[in-house]
Amino acid sequence: MLPGFGYARPRNLREAVHLLSAPGARVQAGGTDLLGCLRDGVFGVDTVVSLSGVPDLRGIRRALDGGLVVGAMTTLSEVAAPTDVVKGYPTLAQGAAAAASPQLRNQGTIGGNICQRPRCWYFRGDFHCARKGGEKCFAAEGENQFHCIFGGDVCFIVHPSDTAPALVALEAVVRITGPNGSRSVPAEKFFILPETDYTRENVLTAGEIVTEIVLPPQPAGTRGTYRKVRARGSWDFALAGAAVVATITAGKVERARIVLSGVAPTPWRVPDAERAIVGRRLNKRTVRDAAAAALKGAQTMSGNAYKVELLRGTVEEALLALA
Amino acid sequence: MGHDQNDGKGGCPQGVSRRGFFTAVGAGALGAATLGRSQTPGAPPAGAAEPTKVTLRVNGRAHTVLAEPRWTLLFVLRERLGLTGTKVGCERGECGACTVLLDGTPVYACMMLALEAEGHEVTTLEGLMNGEELGPVQQAFLQEDAFQCGYCTPGQIVAAEGLLRANPQPTLEEIRAGMSGNLCRCGTYAHIFKAVKKASELKKVAGR
Repeated sequence: MLPGFGYARPRNLREAVHLLSAPGARVQAGGTDLLGCLRDGVFGVDTVVSLSGVPDLRGIRRALDGGLVVGAMTTLSEVAAPTDVVKGYPTLAQGAAAAASPQLRNQGTIGGNICQRPRCWYFRGDFHCARKGGEKCFAAEGENQFHCIFGGDVCFIVHPSDTAPALVALEAVVRITGPNGSRSVPAEKFFILPETDYTRENVLTAGEIVTEIVLPPQPAGTRGTYRKVRARGSWDFALAGAAVVATITAGKVERARIVLSGVAPTPWRVPDAERAIVGRRLNKRTVRDAAAAALKGAQTMSGNAYKVELLRGTVEEALLALA
Repeated sequence: MGHDQNDGKGGCPQGVSRRGFFTAVGAGALGAATLGRSQTPGAPPAGAAEPTKVTLRVNGRAHTVLAEPRWTLLFVLRERLGLTGTKVGCERGECGACTVLLDGTPVYACMMLALEAEGHEVTTLEGLMNGEELGPVQQAFLQEDAFQCGYCTPGQIVAAEGLLRANPQPTLEEIRAGMSGNLCRCGTYAHIFKAVKKASELKKVAGR
């Protein structure tokens, strides 16, 4: 049984923002991460504010510039379904399809997926770790085989989302509404590292919610893919992954964005790897160079050194898939 | 409201079963509680932690219950409506034993608040019966011997039903992917996949 809480289902965004301004209120999208956190006692809640009654937040529509606007309450199944997302943004559709299990994809939303809390077993377990306001990260000297090799500082989580790296690779924009109005943040700047604030994973402040994801139109010749490696094939979080979006003209890479999952506290963009393929053809040699560049700066801990070689293969495979 | 599943037609012909008895007692108490609430003037304010009256459509019937906000759909189905075909497994959205259909789509009832199910059509294992007879997916699981201990089976059957409604003729790969949200610790997966294939044939023959 979950601990007791109140519940409100507002009918529009304004009401939702108002209800969320109350202390102890938390937003629920699909609920699959929220209920898990409440059950594990990761945090408490006085009032669950459900967005399921706000109709404007769900669905995918064409933007005026030819891009797509995906409502935050659109389910992962809907994002992965064979529609406009698959056609124009395969990286995102593959990321959504690679997340969780069929049931969770039917329940979980894209907004919730990018805002989900980390899966670190100390964070989820009965440990007062740094991310929960405690004094230390237990993974640093403990069991850390699923922890980060980039961007760790005080806390060493990996970001659990499979759609987030795709959104960063696609140069998506996250639209946010809160008590002080609305704002837009590039997906790349939405996620924050522990060095900025090790108690949260994104820029959302109290009472703010993600309302939409804006996908810009992609230049002709743009291809994309998301490669995810996990401990078991059916469903699991990424051990390592790579979201790639590349524009290829006359056989050569004109522009590319490579963003890693499962290896850092945020989706981890690797500009050096992108530079390694721009102006070149994708083949075994260039792909090897890019993967080597992607690994630069990796810092392993006692249990996660395997991620370096795993990541090398993952990046190579993702890039070769676009060749 | 609050009728026991085992009373009336389609129930338990040899009298009241042990489970039916307890369920009936529970349902009676619930009926009284619901009545009590409906006589109290004024609805609870938004965000209140106290029980809220909610009407759920389950297997084609409307049930009005008093539910605490923290109650999951799984809890209400089993403990308030007596629909024990939906099983309690991990209670953390990992095993699939609690799978039900929401508007025809498989979801984990353990990861959904009961209040969130209002306005949707919920289908449980019990709703897949063909009157007194087993439905085609149930029949296929029996024919293909697709279980050992049987605990995960209700969830597997409901997940298979959802898969086949969306994709009536799935390939083996599509079956494996579609059933991947349901764990079987006895490891009967090979038989489960055969059963889903068989169910797709039975449904085609039955035209449903």
